[in-house]
Amino acid sequence: MPKRVAGTLYRGREGMWSWVLHRITGTAIYFFLLVHILDTSLVRLSPQAYNAVIDTYKQPIMGLGEIALVAAIGLHALNGIRIILIDFSSFGAKHQRAMFWVVVTLWLLLLAGFVPRQLMHIFGGGA
Amino acid sequence: MSLIEAPRSKVASPRKKRGINWEKWGWIYMRFSGIVLVVLIFGHLFVNLFAGRGVKAIDFAFVAGKLSDPFWFWWDLAMLWLALIHGANGMRTIVNDYANRRVIRRILLGSIAASTIVLLTLGTLVITTFDPCPAGAHPADVPSFCKER
Repeated sequence: MPKRVAGTLYRGREGMWSWVLHRITGTAIYFFLLVHILDTSLVRLSPQAYNAVIDTYKQPIMGLGEIALVAAIGLHALNGIRIILIDFSSFGAKHQRAMFWVVVTLWLLLLAGFVPRQLMHIFGGGA
Repeated sequence: MSLIEAPRSKVASPRKKRGINWEKWGWIYMRFSGIVLVVLIFGHLFVNLFAGRGVKAIDFAFVAGKLSDPFWFWWDLAMLWLALIHGANGMRTIVNDYANRRVIRRILLGSIAASTIVLLTLGTLVITTFDPCPAGAHPADVPSFCKER
């Protein structure tokens, strides 16, 4: 049996899972960005064309999709700050595991603020 | 000796010893643009999804009002360039890590480069040539300041 690998940043436990999540959220956000540049470009075509497409973003199913989008962006952003701290400070490299849980906590706080607000906007009635 | 083999596919270009180290600058770019994007995108999400009526307030007039303001004009232009290049470079890294066949890798990297150039050009033209009060548009669809023109 090879010796157990311990104390590495990218193998096992929090370090590895944050890396996996960073790639998954990054890829998802990238494909949304491609679509989002195209849909926003419709403002150059005509107000009707833009409004028709952006109205679909106000449907309940898309409203839930926006929650997933904000969740992905929030995790990618917070973990990105963690990566920068790991790369540029000895504090970060030493406490990368604790910082992962700080990221998760801040992410949950972010969603606790956004999700009820978004549900109000989507399901709260009004045009 | 490294404990873990680097997750880089064998067909990815080996590092050159001379000239500009583009991988290093790409690495630095991801961190620099990342910091700026945290501010730009959270600001964007706050104004467009959280404040006021959230996503339900977004229509042509909303966007036209924002793009007529130099503050949001530059905000959106910076966000377009920083985010798309950040995303494309991230996808490039993933392709280099996992695409083990030379042809597949070429196709994927070519698609990323092509879509990035097309979308940067399109997005920049849309933002810079935008007319908030297009001729013939219904008055209800355009910002209220169009009446004063």
